[in-house]
Amino acid sequence: MGSFFRGIWNTKGQARWILLVGVVITLVFIVFAVLAPWVAPYDFNQTKLDGAKLPKLAPPSGTYWFGTNDQFYDIYSRVVWGARTALEVIVLSLVISIVIGVPLGIASGFIGGWFDRILVFVNDAIYSLPSLLLAIVFSFLLRGPLGGGVTAAALSITAVYIPQYFRVVRNTTVSAREATYVEAARALGAKPFTIMRKYLFGNVVQSVPVLGTLNAADALGTLAALGFLGFGIQPNEASEWGYDLSRALDDAQAGTWWPTLFPGLALILLITALTLVGEGLNETANPALRRRRLRPVVFPRREQDEERTR
Amino acid sequence: MSSASGSLPRYILVRLALVLPMMWVLLTVVFILLRVAPGDPVSAAVGGKLNQEALDARRATLGLDRPLITQYLDYLGNVAHLDFGKTISDNRPVLDIIKDQGGATLTLTLGAFLVAMVIGLPLGRLAGRYRDTSADAAIRVFGVVTYAAPIFWTGIMFVLLVVKLFPGWPTNDIASVVTKFEVTPKSHILLFDAALEGNGSAVSDILKHHVLPCLTLGLLLSGVIIRLVRINVIQAMKGDYVEAARARGISERRVVRYHAFRNALVPVITVIGLQVAITLSGALVTERTFNWPGLGTELIQYVTARDYIAVQGLVTFFALIVVVVSVFVDILTALVDPRVRY
Amino acid sequence: MTPIELEEQDATGVDRGPVLEARDLRVWYGTDRGPVRAVDGVSFELRRGEILGLVGESGCGKSTLGRGLLGLLPDGAARDGELRFQGRDMLALKPREQHALRGRDLGMIFQEPLTRLNPLMRISEHFSETLRTHDKSISKAEIERRSLDVLRVMGIPPTRFRAYPHEFSGGMRQRLMIALTLVMRPAFVVADEPTTALDVLVEAQIIRILHDLRREYDTSLLLITHNLGIIAEACDRVAVMYAGEIVEIGEAREVFSRPRHPYTRELLRSTISLRTTGLNYIEGAPPDLVDPPPACRFHPRCPDAMNVCAQRHPVDRDHGAGTRAACWAADVAQGLVKLDDREAAPLPRGEISVADEA
Repeated sequence: MGSFFRGIWNTKGQARWILLVGVVITLVFIVFAVLAPWVAPYDFNQTKLDGAKLPKLAPPSGTYWFGTNDQFYDIYSRVVWGARTALEVIVLSLVISIVIGVPLGIASGFIGGWFDRILVFVNDAIYSLPSLLLAIVFSFLLRGPLGGGVTAAALSITAVYIPQYFRVVRNTTVSAREATYVEAARALGAKPFTIMRKYLFGNVVQSVPVLGTLNAADALGTLAALGFLGFGIQPNEASEWGYDLSRALDDAQAGTWWPTLFPGLALILLITALTLVGEGLNETANPALRRRRLRPVVFPRREQDEERTR
Repeated sequence: MSSASGSLPRYILVRLALVLPMMWVLLTVVFILLRVAPGDPVSAAVGGKLNQEALDARRATLGLDRPLITQYLDYLGNVAHLDFGKTISDNRPVLDIIKDQGGATLTLTLGAFLVAMVIGLPLGRLAGRYRDTSADAAIRVFGVVTYAAPIFWTGIMFVLLVVKLFPGWPTNDIASVVTKFEVTPKSHILLFDAALEGNGSAVSDILKHHVLPCLTLGLLLSGVIIRLVRINVIQAMKGDYVEAARARGISERRVVRYHAFRNALVPVITVIGLQVAITLSGALVTERTFNWPGLGTELIQYVTARDYIAVQGLVTFFALIVVVVSVFVDILTALVDPRVRY
Repeated sequence: MTPIELEEQDATGVDRGPVLEARDLRVWYGTDRGPVRAVDGVSFELRRGEILGLVGESGCGKSTLGRGLLGLLPDGAARDGELRFQGRDMLALKPREQHALRGRDLGMIFQEPLTRLNPLMRISEHFSETLRTHDKSISKAEIERRSLDVLRVMGIPPTRFRAYPHEFSGGMRQRLMIALTLVMRPAFVVADEPTTALDVLVEAQIIRILHDLRREYDTSLLLITHNLGIIAEACDRVAVMYAGEIVEIGEAREVFSRPRHPYTRELLRSTISLRTTGLNYIEGAPPDLVDPPPACRFHPRCPDAMNVCAQRHPVDRDHGAGTRAACWAADVAQGLVKLDDREAAPLPRGEISVADEA
């Protein structure tokens, strides 16, 4: 693990910048998400101030920085609260899918045989389905028991990503199991559990952060798409960018730009930042993609010439 | 290794035989998700409108009162006959929905795919070949942003732009009302039908309507393709056969085109095949953004109506499409790469 | 300076002078830690139809030298010194001219035949691509005739001409690679460990083919290997490389029976044969080529090391019988130089280990 972070720190060139830019933007969003109650002038579900409704579709101004939308919401406040929702859903869905996917993958890869084959087959089948379709089906099923809140959205997204962790972790486990050093460990008499813990865990831990950040970006996109289609988080449960964008669709056709621009930019910025972190990690963690920096060769004067002919 | 170059027909047969178990697993997954999960389809869809007896009667006609295993076998049998059931909310055969609206989704996705290839292949190749240059950096940022930008947002931005710059350019639906009225549906692929009738103005109207949605969906896919092609070109450029070709004096242009790029395309084809899923996901959102009369729009309506049978039927159909395309891609890979034909 | 007797001409009076001439050639790689001196001041000549073996431990710069001769180097590598091919100054050529020479006049046979052919192209396409590159106007029939000719020499039946690479075994693929190299009848070929990836029977077959090349094609060959048995069997002369330098070069038989340089001697002693009773090895590891040991690069590992070896670089000298070597100890043994007692005293052990760590 230590070498993993050192590897990241020592990376040079593009990969380091990609990583740095991604981390900085992500941190900004995290700060906004945490400080939302203090940073946002209004509550996410607040349409009235002192009993009077906020203006409808007011353009950006000193009072309403990003304007207001057709539901009398202050867009700036919705964007800030949206960051909190996004991070809640991402963290929740990542934790659940890792907690389920990783052990399942390790077990399947290590036990092998029929257990592995069946799991892989079912997993591949689920994985081959369009992810958004799967998320829609789950939100369709969860709408009844759980309603339209953060938990239901996170669980719908989780269903999409469990197969991915399973797949990657299982393949890593299988290749690590076949690797010569694990064979050597077994030949030396290490117990299966020791092998699992010591050798596989290290390998698996390498691939999960990369997948995790890339999935976080993807999960955010899926959440917004669900919201856009009307199957995500309801506006009175939490502020969600995708939902706000779907409300803004008709305004856009009419040429009103502010209800779409700001939530959209927030969404793109956070997705891009998470993707950059994932890509940066990928390049640093995957030596095959890394490239050593080349330095031009300057041939010195031949200091040995005289010695040679002496 | 035999001297006979692996026979392609035999490979195709073997590959087709493998489809059945894959389809069976997918169908089972869909069935478990939608039928075994708690919740009553009929009351979900039409509850409140009918009294208890009427609901029970509907349940009986739909066969929902029978044991699950019977329902499961029925479901498999029906799908084998391409019968996806009748919707609960408006009693429409799902197959009719697919026939009527499938064409719009088909032309949308094909057009998007074309856009993605035209943008993605050359840019990915450029980025891979001139790795770590400023061109590479710019192309990668483009790829990341087009993939990161949610489809509906890109779509909305296009709409905003077009409304301002080209007023009158169509920003939603597949055709104008006039065109829809003029063209009589035969294949239900509107573009195809219009072309068949030789109706030039209808064809151009339909094509115009395709531009924005196809561009929007295509841009998203191009991000995926750029990334894929770039990585594979980088790997292929390191290939032993590339160095060997250089050692034979083959020109650098030829080395890149025929040795590196062609080999880079083999894994790209395979992975692009997997992008059908992404394409379909994207199509769902694109259709909603542009009011596109396709299967995605239908699915969204039936999900909102909480119609289990319709959702199940449409999801089943999407699953079948994914399997069929994956077979098609495998056959294509075998055509390109002789090593696969064993 | 020239080790080759110039009066040597064959019966037809054709000059048997050098095809390839390297003088003080350097090939360095740029890295963050500084340049890697993979080839550092190498001089040798190769006559027409001659096979020169190049031996040394892994990482001594053998492969870099082979690729450097063809200009087939990765980004960040640079060449310096003098390299003449048929009298032409190779280092002065433009990249395009250099490229045009490859394949036509300079060929390369690689270590791993399995991955060297483009898996998506038929054998016939490999041949026509190569021939067309160097002769735009060549006809289809001519391509086929020339390809099948050389394939026949390599023992590949013409029926396999349109097959794909994956349909051949490793040994056959190496013969295909050789055929593909020879179809242009290059004057000079580098074979970089051509048999390392193959089994012993196939190895013997390939070595025989390479050995017979000069009869069919009059090709000069630089045969890179770490297998001394192959050198003894196939090569006319042998060059021994250590840490980027050629430490000894001469007639193969002479070098093997009377090695001048301690490194050559130790290398020969560490070879396993049927008569081997105990295993010998050379103490220590090859040096880091970013910062090689001063003076003689072998002195930290050399059993014969003297004080002078750690102070002054040995001089490349003629040791008779066509052998040249760069070694103070060999010079003293041959009576070529006189050293004072301080210089000739054995190098203290402690200094060896210190130098070894550096």
